[in-house]
Amino acid sequence: MNDDVAQREEPARPTAQPISLISNDGAAVTDSTAAGFALPDSATLLGLYRQMVISRRFESQVMALTRQGRLATYPSALGQEACEIAAVASLDKQDWLFPTYRDTIALLARGVTVSEILAFFRGDWHTGFDPYEHRIAPQSTPLATQALHAVGLATAAKLQGDDTVALTFLGDGSTSEGDAHEAFNFAAVWQAPVVFVIQNNHYAISVPYAKQSHARTLADKAIGYGMPGYYVDGNDAAAMYAVISSGMDRARSGGGPTLIEGLTYRIEAHTNSDDPSRYREKSEEDEWRAHDPIERLGKYLANANVLTPAVSEKIASEAEELAANTRDAMNQSPVLDPLELFDHVYAEQRSSLLEQRAFLENELATADGGSER
Amino acid sequence: MTILGDPHIAKTAATATAITPSKVTMAGALTAALRDSMTADSRVVVFGEDVGPLGGVFRVTDGLAAQFGETRIWDSPLAEAGIVGTAIGMAMYGMRPVVEMQFDAFSYPAFEQITSHLAKMHNRTKGRVALPIVIRIPYAGGIGGVEHHSDSSEAYWIHTPGLTVVSPSNPADAYSMLRDAIASDDPVIFLEPKSRYWSTDTIELPIKTAPMTSAVVLREGSDVTLLAYGPTVRTALEAAELASLEGLSIEVIDLRSLSPFDDETVGASVRKTSRAAIVHEASQFGGYGAEVAARVTERQFFFLAAPILRITGFDIPYPSPRLEAHNLPTPERILSALDSWQW
Ligand SMILES: Cc1ncc(C[n+]2csc(CCOP(=O)(O)OP(=O)(O)O)c2C)c(N)n1
Ligand SMILES: [Mg+2]
Repeated sequence: MNDDVAQREEPARPTAQPISLISNDGAAVTDSTAAGFALPDSATLLGLYRQMVISRRFESQVMALTRQGRLATYPSALGQEACEIAAVASLDKQDWLFPTYRDTIALLARGVTVSEILAFFRGDWHTGFDPYEHRIAPQSTPLATQALHAVGLATAAKLQGDDTVALTFLGDGSTSEGDAHEAFNFAAVWQAPVVFVIQNNHYAISVPYAKQSHARTLADKAIGYGMPGYYVDGNDAAAMYAVISSGMDRARSGGGPTLIEGLTYRIEAHTNSDDPSRYREKSEEDEWRAHDPIERLGKYLANANVLTPAVSEKIASEAEELAANTRDAMNQSPVLDPLELFDHVYAEQRSSLLEQRAFLENELATADGGSER
Repeated sequence: MTILGDPHIAKTAATATAITPSKVTMAGALTAALRDSMTADSRVVVFGEDVGPLGGVFRVTDGLAAQFGETRIWDSPLAEAGIVGTAIGMAMYGMRPVVEMQFDAFSYPAFEQITSHLAKMHNRTKGRVALPIVIRIPYAGGIGGVEHHSDSSEAYWIHTPGLTVVSPSNPADAYSMLRDAIASDDPVIFLEPKSRYWSTDTIELPIKTAPMTSAVVLREGSDVTLLAYGPTVRTALEAAELASLEGLSIEVIDLRSLSPFDDETVGASVRKTSRAAIVHEASQFGGYGAEVAARVTERQFFFLAAPILRITGFDIPYPSPRLEAHNLPTPERILSALDSWQW
């Protein structure tokens, strides 16, 4: 850490326009909009494309199940696949991901199984996977709180000499919470190996960006904390990958945190219980549909002859396979043991809880006991 | 700020939402109470997350943004500490803010503002600064909500001197108590049982029920006093109905006000029945039932024939949707608890 404050370097400032490497019509961007970032190689881009297509198919399947009332809730990331998938692709095995309820396809991309994912949304348990197995924290619902956990974990890794980097997602609305600002500041002061990826999808449920922040961009917030900030086209997977990867490299090489804003759009409702017609125009949604991140990357890869009809078909069949797995996983909804409610509250079990456990066990043994829904 | 609604309409609208007897949901009754309070007093402002055009995630503020405009009701940035903290500043300058915490567990970022400032301001300034603020909090479970959407946090608030804490259980009380809360010069934590939002009663609005701080005997009985509030009032009434089939006469009291506690109404009932039990969804240890049991025992010990019982959620974090039914007090659980007494 440089203790001579006056000597501190001024970190990179966000660009005026969102950084983009592939234009909406699928052409490589070569002018200043690229801000000096190089287009990732074709294999990387095809990998991103494949995972984005699979993710979208997964979500359309999950949304269908939600409409049938088989999931308690599901917040969709439709339209935000570039942010989600580019972020996960930028992680190494030893890195950690701190997701929110919105970022389910990021879990899927990092290898969490469908049934582990569904456990939460189906209402089986609050977290369905082992965070240590996947190096993914539980999906966070209390907004912005996970950002501080990411800073703490990354700092612990740094103190122990590991080259682990933590990446945390945040929503535009969540940047208003105090925890977000504390996380930015702690990360910068401690020079923690953290990358903050803010998905500015324009809405916090019904509240538009204009009512959330008076800043030109959310990336601008980085300046006040003394860390580099990047304002990126969040529907451009190539740009998101390039910028996030450079942030990961910076963190890994001791350069401290980076704040990245991906400008994107939440195409679907906030969750299945939301009604966007109360607060936004359909035409706005259509406009963003015309800036679809998957179509954009697909066009580029097709022009470059990387995405041939055969490759495209193979990806589509992989996606269908996952959708079928998802339906199967749903049909194999596990029988839950209500007594497990008492088993994990403490690391050191207490007799008072065992008493309550016995009470429920006894109640279940009688015919009119509480029943599983 | 631009005015969305026509302020002229807001000013000349009838002072009250006059509705001939009709089916009203608790959510609708709360909307009417907000509308009527805003109409009656221009110092009443409403803000929070999604309370504007969306009308709140439970639609309690539905239509108010269109009617009153953005100087009376607006969407704030997403920050609960900010919402309560700025409400305090507004109240210091003479306004009467009614703010919404979107869900129980999402009030926790505001904990410091509530406990360190909202609750203490009147005392530390020797009464010079009053903070007539209402914090509306949809609370408790039973709606299949995912993690953090079903907490019963009342014990945190009732443990904080300086706060009034109330919870209605039906549409008529929801209307009347919210109007009382907004009229109160003390800060009020207004707990709305979200599983009851869509319950209906046929009532005429505006309606004035018992004062916000009183308990009410909902069903008379002679053998047991069963105390409940918010979401468990219905459960208690169901238990009383079942018990009556077996010849047990249960008196059900809707506490309505958690702080202050209506010693008089509860005491009179316990002296009559000599047995009491309290039902709540919140976990038991250090919960509201503990205070009630201690308090009633201290005052009515020589009238009591048996220890006061608590029928509550377990001492566990609120369960996931598919398991929550096991945690919620049921009429059967209440009756089997009463069976444990020596009769
Ligand atoms: C502390 C807290 N307050 C309120 C909520 C309720 N809530 C859930 S999501 C949401 C909007 C979040 O918006 P944003 O951060 O932009 O993320 P997005 O949902 O758009 O991905 C709100 C208000 C919450 N989960 N946590
Ligand atoms: Mg958002």
